[in-house]
Amino acid sequence: MAKKDVDLNDKIKKREEKKRRRNERKSKAIDSRPFAEISSLKIIVKSRRRKRINRSRFGDIILFIILCFAGLISALPLILIVSNAFKPLDEIFLYPPNLIVRNPTLNNFRDLGVVLATSLVPFSRYFFNTVFVTILGTVGHLFVASMCAYPLAKYKLPGNKVILGTITYSLMFPAAVTAIPHFLILTWLGLINTHWSIILPVISSSLGLYLMRQSMVSVPTSLLESAKLDGASEFTIYRKIVMPLVKPASITLIILNFRSLWEAQGSVTIFSEQKKMLSYALTQIATAGPARQGTLAAVSLIMITVPIIMFIVSQSHMIDTMAHSGMK
Amino acid sequence: MENKHQQNTNAIPASSKKGKLKQKLEELSVKIDRWSRKKPFRRKMYLNRSLYLMMLPYLVLFILFTVTPVLMSFSLGFTYYNILETPKWVGWQNYLDLFLNDPIFIIAVKNTLIIALITGPIGYILSFIVAWLINELPRYLRSIITLVFYAPSIAGAAALTIWALIFSSDIYGYANAYLIDWGIITEPITWLQDADYILPIVIIVQLWMSLGVNFLAMIAGLKGINREYYEAGAVDGIRNRWQELWYITLPNMKSILLFSAVIQIAGSLNVGAVTTTLAGFPSVQYAGHTIVNHLQDYGHIRFDMGYASAIATILFLSAILLNKLIRKIIRKVGT
Repeated sequence: MAKKDVDLNDKIKKREEKKRRRNERKSKAIDSRPFAEISSLKIIVKSRRRKRINRSRFGDIILFIILCFAGLISALPLILIVSNAFKPLDEIFLYPPNLIVRNPTLNNFRDLGVVLATSLVPFSRYFFNTVFVTILGTVGHLFVASMCAYPLAKYKLPGNKVILGTITYSLMFPAAVTAIPHFLILTWLGLINTHWSIILPVISSSLGLYLMRQSMVSVPTSLLESAKLDGASEFTIYRKIVMPLVKPASITLIILNFRSLWEAQGSVTIFSEQKKMLSYALTQIATAGPARQGTLAAVSLIMITVPIIMFIVSQSHMIDTMAHSGMK
Repeated sequence: MENKHQQNTNAIPASSKKGKLKQKLEELSVKIDRWSRKKPFRRKMYLNRSLYLMMLPYLVLFILFTVTPVLMSFSLGFTYYNILETPKWVGWQNYLDLFLNDPIFIIAVKNTLIIALITGPIGYILSFIVAWLINELPRYLRSIITLVFYAPSIAGAAALTIWALIFSSDIYGYANAYLIDWGIITEPITWLQDADYILPIVIIVQLWMSLGVNFLAMIAGLKGINREYYEAGAVDGIRNRWQELWYITLPNMKSILLFSAVIQIAGSLNVGAVTTTLAGFPSVQYAGHTIVNHLQDYGHIRFDMGYASAIATILFLSAILLNKLIRKIIRKVGT
């Protein structure tokens, strides 16, 4: 009898030990990963199971149908751009126009190629200009604005309230009247006819800063405090803790900035042909009249493709944050 | 402290230029330290100098490229300025003219308010609902659906071409063709040349385009909410999606809701491009004339920058007023 009891106890103990070890292993596997890059299959499965709290299958299906319908309506312009690019000239001028192309052709792209090959400034130059401005502007804005947003969001410093108020209100000022003062300031700084005349105003835009600040507010303060106790400097906290936690917001910011810079023409502040942007060069090619309408359609498709690829890639990097999982 | 300072200077050979510079910098910092000791306010600023240093690059650019132009156009509002001559001071004259002698401005205010009051709240709620619905989809599917809904904003001019096509005034326009097919009307309606239809059409198009910056920000906001809250909520007795929305989702993304509200206010008061592209400029009987159209009329066509700046200031002040109101509403969410 007694022996049996001991056996049973042993068995229970062993089983518990096994369970404990397995849990430990699991939690180690989760803990050792940086929070932003959780991609293991196990955790995805786990999160799928989690999602089912308070959800019904029927509701999901109804929602999906509504979404599809609404999506079709808002996708119309994209469909038009894509199909226009493959239309032959006579179909482009057809009235009423077809939403979907009937006789798809690649002539428009061939025409574009011919025009580009004979352009005064080599085409790659325009391309380089736009890539340079877009990357520098996007990265610069993300870095500079988020660095300023961190103290504004998490500290009560003298002057913070005034700064934040100014930034918020500046968002509401109509841009049409500031164009002339803006130009005067660029002239005064000697930035006219340089790429900085496009990059610097974008870096100083208040939209991005406000977005970063508003998302940093919800970063748990205790996390920052514990990092400070461990001897981290403010900059390290910003770079290593705050930035990974507001990744969804920074992705949004990158998308917005990338798109606006990619389409920036800079025709007001840049005069020399060598420094002009891709978007400017392409629209110039296409504005030569009705004969170039096909080329214009091809240009629209090319101009929109890069931001769209960028959009999908960065949007799919947006996953649930684990901001609070380290604090129990 | 003093001792450490001494040691540092000893370690660097005095002959090198770099060492001298470093020494000077340190002397300066000691001076600033002493200066800041006198007052608590200064002391707080001094102790947080690394934070101020982080804010510095942005603030310099912000003051240069945003604050100064805005201040300049504020003051231009009190002048007569035709871009070629130097501004002439006219005091409150521009503002008096706006409200007393400019009937078109009053029409523009009315139109803008109608557009803003309808498209603002609906567009805002719509962005949130769509963002909320697609939040739980698998990531690749979600990003494609997001793109589809964001398409009107990303497509630029092509987006409005579609609507010009739908509401074309001949029988080939989609709206006319279908209405005739169904026997509702017998003759085509000149949608965009009819003062009765312009404003509703502008509102529809504006609503269709409303999933913009707001929408992306809300998706980011939803992703920023910790999943564990939902589990805790389920344990604590939250039984359906609506309770979850009100007690967990909304309170946790209040700051992003506020951000979106600000953007929405600015966006819905600054409607202008839509009306000019669809209804032309000026629209029939000024039926689609908005404040921004009025501003562009004076700024870019009549070159009366002083007057345009006064209009901008009015628009700015009304945006601030609306913002204050909406802040109060958003504070009440989830309570």
